[in-house]
Amino acid sequence: MGGFDIETEEGRQEALRRMLTIRAFDSEAGDRFADGEIPGFVHLYIGEEAVGVGTCASLEDDDYIASTHRGHGHCIAKGLDPKYMMAELYGRAEGYCNGKGGSMHIADVDAGMLGANGIVGAGPPMATGAALSIDYQDRDQVAVGFLGDGAVAQGQVHEAMNLAATWDLPAIFVIENNHYGEGTPVEKQHNVDNLSDTAQAYDIPGLTVDGMDITAVAEAVGEARARARAGDGPTLIEAETYRYRGHYEGDEEPYRDEDELERWKARDPIDSFKERLIDRGELTVGEFDELESEIEAEIDAAVDYARDAEPPAPHEAYDDMFAETPPEIERFATAARTDGGERIEDSRSTSDRSRSEGGERR
Amino acid sequence: MTAQAERELETETETMTVREAVRQALREELERDEDVYVMGEDVGLFGGVLEVTSGLYDEFGGERVRDTPISEAGFMGAATGAAATGTRPVVELMFSDFAGVSMEQIMNQMAKMRYMFGGKAEMPVTVRTTEGGGMGAASQHSGTIHTWIAHFPGLMAVAPGTAASAKGLTKAAIRSDDPVFVFENKMIYEQEGAVPTDEDFTIPLGEAAIEREGDDVTVVATQRLVGESLQTAESLAEAGVEAEVIDARSLYPLDTETIVESVRKTGRLIVADESPLSYGTHAEIVARVQEEAFFSLDAPIQRVGTPDTHMPFSTPLEQEVLPDGDDVREAIERVT
Repeated sequence: MGGFDIETEEGRQEALRRMLTIRAFDSEAGDRFADGEIPGFVHLYIGEEAVGVGTCASLEDDDYIASTHRGHGHCIAKGLDPKYMMAELYGRAEGYCNGKGGSMHIADVDAGMLGANGIVGAGPPMATGAALSIDYQDRDQVAVGFLGDGAVAQGQVHEAMNLAATWDLPAIFVIENNHYGEGTPVEKQHNVDNLSDTAQAYDIPGLTVDGMDITAVAEAVGEARARARAGDGPTLIEAETYRYRGHYEGDEEPYRDEDELERWKARDPIDSFKERLIDRGELTVGEFDELESEIEAEIDAAVDYARDAEPPAPHEAYDDMFAETPPEIERFATAARTDGGERIEDSRSTSDRSRSEGGERR
Repeated sequence: MTAQAERELETETETMTVREAVRQALREELERDEDVYVMGEDVGLFGGVLEVTSGLYDEFGGERVRDTPISEAGFMGAATGAAATGTRPVVELMFSDFAGVSMEQIMNQMAKMRYMFGGKAEMPVTVRTTEGGGMGAASQHSGTIHTWIAHFPGLMAVAPGTAASAKGLTKAAIRSDDPVFVFENKMIYEQEGAVPTDEDFTIPLGEAAIEREGDDVTVVATQRLVGESLQTAESLAEAGVEAEVIDARSLYPLDTETIVESVRKTGRLIVADESPLSYGTHAEIVARVQEEAFFSLDAPIQRVGTPDTHMPFSTPLEQEVLPDGDDVREAIERVT
């Protein structure tokens, strides 16, 4: 098993740490977004921690996950470093994507994290593809595709499940049913009682678990992983959960009331897991408080790191389009590398000139 | 370098059709690299709807020549995920018109992953697809869409006009660590030509080929219109007009240098490409030539392409809108 099998005490401690890290990271990200320090969009995972962490608890370190737009939690669950994550949210060169991805595209392929994704429903085909590579090369891995409840209405999700099922690929699809697809309730978007019922169409196991209970999630994913590795194909798991924040930060949430939020908070995945560990004698309140402070300090340090990190140089905008930069792009890169975009070729066009005269800030 | 000179570098050639050249490229790359596999609708048992992959299933088996469900979004997305995780899929998209069904996976995933992730994702995927009118396949199976792909950042696009370039470009595409689309015009699958037999023969992406030298007018052509332009050039030579015919071969990257050098010599340019005329491949070539060689031009640049219609079914209608060698001739005559 990978870093934190929650069948073990050490693994349970790590699971608690990762859930707390997600909550602290996303609380901080929300605050820094509100301050205007973090640009763009952020979608926070607070409330859903047990799904990502429970899933990754049952994976090996080199297994793959393909994430959603709400991806910070998946990154931390998979073991990414909050420092470089925060640097990415701040658009810094030292971020995971050198500042090119941001919150919605944060990724670390080497760590098996195939990216947050701005397109709803894009994760499952990615996971099916990773599972295809695994199967083709006969590697001892699996690939998990996360999706939200809203994505269950996307065609590509079903095409991915059908392909994975037909080819018996080692994929696991995890629906995080947080009960709202953006601002519309789940029952207004789907006609099935349980979203996992859709598994029947592909003759694969489909089950619905309590997504506020990390143990239930880990157990379901563990079984799905064993099944995938045995060559028996994919599993669809629906984890019922809830997001405490809006769809995105700044969402005024006209679609739900405070009572509903409080009912879910009463089943908080971190509180309940903490209580369980205390009951088992594996944790004291004092140790929990200490762990929480330690993680808060780690996140504060991540913010300090991100604030102080260098932004990318403008010419880096032209890197990484291709393995080998074609002349179409190279000429802009060359211009941007020279101070002030000085003209370096007789053939440089007027469009190049206007760009160097201020087009960089478009 | 002229295509002739390029071929002379190759010690041995064999005459084969464009279809055979693509198939040979696939076979050689499947043999060379175990991480390469072919996937698509009916590519295996059936041998490909236009018979390009015929025989490969028997040679390499169903793991390496994989029949997919009719599910372009699913398998294009899966190919993207597979390419990012260590294998090298070669996807056949049966007709380029079907790109619309999988455009999300192409434009938002395949094209963007490397960049969005700061260069930390490889994307060695090849997409082969067929284009073009001429066989009465009507509007949803005859499109020429390569402009979309060549336009979209993060994708490479090639469009061979000869059997040799079909082989060399297909092999280069498969060996590339970037997503490359190979656009095969379905009307030239039976066109024959000399093809290098060297298993390491590839054509670098971004290099055009001068198929015929001439001093009076440059014709930059693609796909079927390369052969038609060459025939037109031969007949015009009898009337004393020497056309230089360039097979653009690679649409993105585009070999601006070879094209511009030719126009500097001839002072006249015809761009012949089957895609629709407005906002397209022609316009890109024209724009680059005027940026680099405006003062070398002696006459207005002419475009030969499909007027902005879809491909109609009935033969007289289809022939009306399909560009051909006569259209190239008329264009040359307008400016010489």
